[in-house]
Amino acid sequence: MYVAVKGGERAIDNAHAFLAEARRGDPTVPELTVPQIREQMALAVARVMAEGSLYDADLAALAIKQARGDLIEAIFLIRAYRTTLPRFGSSRPVDTGTMAVVRRVSATFKDVPGGQVLGPTFDYTHRLLDFALAAEGAPPKAPKAETLGPMPRVGEHLDREGLIEPEPAPDPACAPPPPDLTRTPLELPAERALRLQALARGDEGFLLSLAYSSQRGYGRTHPFVGELRIGEVMVEVEIPELGLTIALGSITVTECETVNQFTGSKTQPAQFTRGYGLVMGHSERKAIAMSLVDRALRWQELGEESTGAPVQDAEFVLMHADNIQATGFLEHIKLPHYVDFQSELELVRRLRAAAHDHESKQVPEGQEAAE
Amino acid sequence: MSTPLPDRAEALGLLARARPERLAELSPDLPPHSLLRGPEVGAVMVQGRQGGTGTPFNLGELTATRCSVRLDCGTVGHGWVQGRDKDHARRAAVLDALLQTERAAALAATVLAPLASDETARREAQARKAGATRVEFFTMVRGEDA
Repeated sequence: MYVAVKGGERAIDNAHAFLAEARRGDPTVPELTVPQIREQMALAVARVMAEGSLYDADLAALAIKQARGDLIEAIFLIRAYRTTLPRFGSSRPVDTGTMAVVRRVSATFKDVPGGQVLGPTFDYTHRLLDFALAAEGAPPKAPKAETLGPMPRVGEHLDREGLIEPEPAPDPACAPPPPDLTRTPLELPAERALRLQALARGDEGFLLSLAYSSQRGYGRTHPFVGELRIGEVMVEVEIPELGLTIALGSITVTECETVNQFTGSKTQPAQFTRGYGLVMGHSERKAIAMSLVDRALRWQELGEESTGAPVQDAEFVLMHADNIQATGFLEHIKLPHYVDFQSELELVRRLRAAAHDHESKQVPEGQEAAE
Repeated sequence: MSTPLPDRAEALGLLARARPERLAELSPDLPPHSLLRGPEVGAVMVQGRQGGTGTPFNLGELTATRCSVRLDCGTVGHGWVQGRDKDHARRAAVLDALLQTERAAALAATVLAPLASDETARREAQARKAGATRVEFFTMVRGEDA
């Protein structure tokens, strides 16, 4: 028997009204504006853009406001919105080599050409709460100096000597377009381009834990941060009606390249290998984590052995990295399952009744259980 | 006018990356025109490269708005802009059309040049702040060879 149940409309409407009031909080406290969130919660905005996989700071700020600061809920809102947008096309691959950097550090070469540029970093702060921020003050001002010169990649340094695996660009004339998991559901085995797309929009916390597990010994990565850079890159798009390519916009990205030990194989001499992370927005922790996970997932192509660690298991990593899929499946179990549960309840009652019958027959006769 | 006329792609880029309020301030009045398409909000997939230089992959999308217009004189213009501001895309399209007319030189001076200098100034300010955070290493010499 199937019984459809309706009801709860009034309760749902009132719950939404309660949510709206709770979102606003104490009305005697001034309301947050979207530009305030965009400007002053910039790293939360960056995370929502990266994992929502849509670069639009105003939308991300709005989503954070609507979600009461729950970033996964905000990411969900952005993912839902992006499905409504027609796709105008694809950009040319961004050139991170010509990035207008605000931060660029290398942990491998002290005197890297272009220099070590710290930028607006939390590093070297004391992580002591600054109670002065609890009060309003005059806007702080950053000092200025000479602008920066060109910033050649640290990888190029090692590349010239053949000490690191090369990363050549394929001939664009015969290269197929990169796989896109927003168009074709992710399938395994996944080539590196598809893995990088999945990681770039994956959950920061999940990638952080996986990367950390690999550092602690679950899977072998011995990474150095060859280079970490943050800054603006131009997004160039072809306008089909004119046959022209224009620099449509500029976006902030975070790029991390790790340099990893590789002892060589029968066919290859010992050299360093690469792990790569690229994330939309200012998102350093995630870019580093992504590059460790990317490197760990490359064990097969590099002829390494799997140690069976989670970070080396492409299916484990890629199928669980998306926090919207994860939260959808996890949280749906709180929604009504009355009918499913009813059937389970009946089953358990039947089994118990059967066991009870069996026992009451068995005890006086002293027979062995048949099954 | 002495301002050199940027090519069409460069002009479209400046219009695309301009802040909408700034563009409206620089060209408040638009001539009569008809809409051929849009303005329409959509997304562009941004690509990166493996290792920064290798095989392309899809990084994530960027919001964009496009619009095509025809001026009364028949000139057609196209605007593609970053973000979701429909007025911005429409204004960019009208300006693209006007830049194909004899008003091009005047608009290059009053609209494009200020946009270019805004962008240069903003980038330079960022680069100068970053420059102030460049580490100047000094080495302490120690030991007997000193």
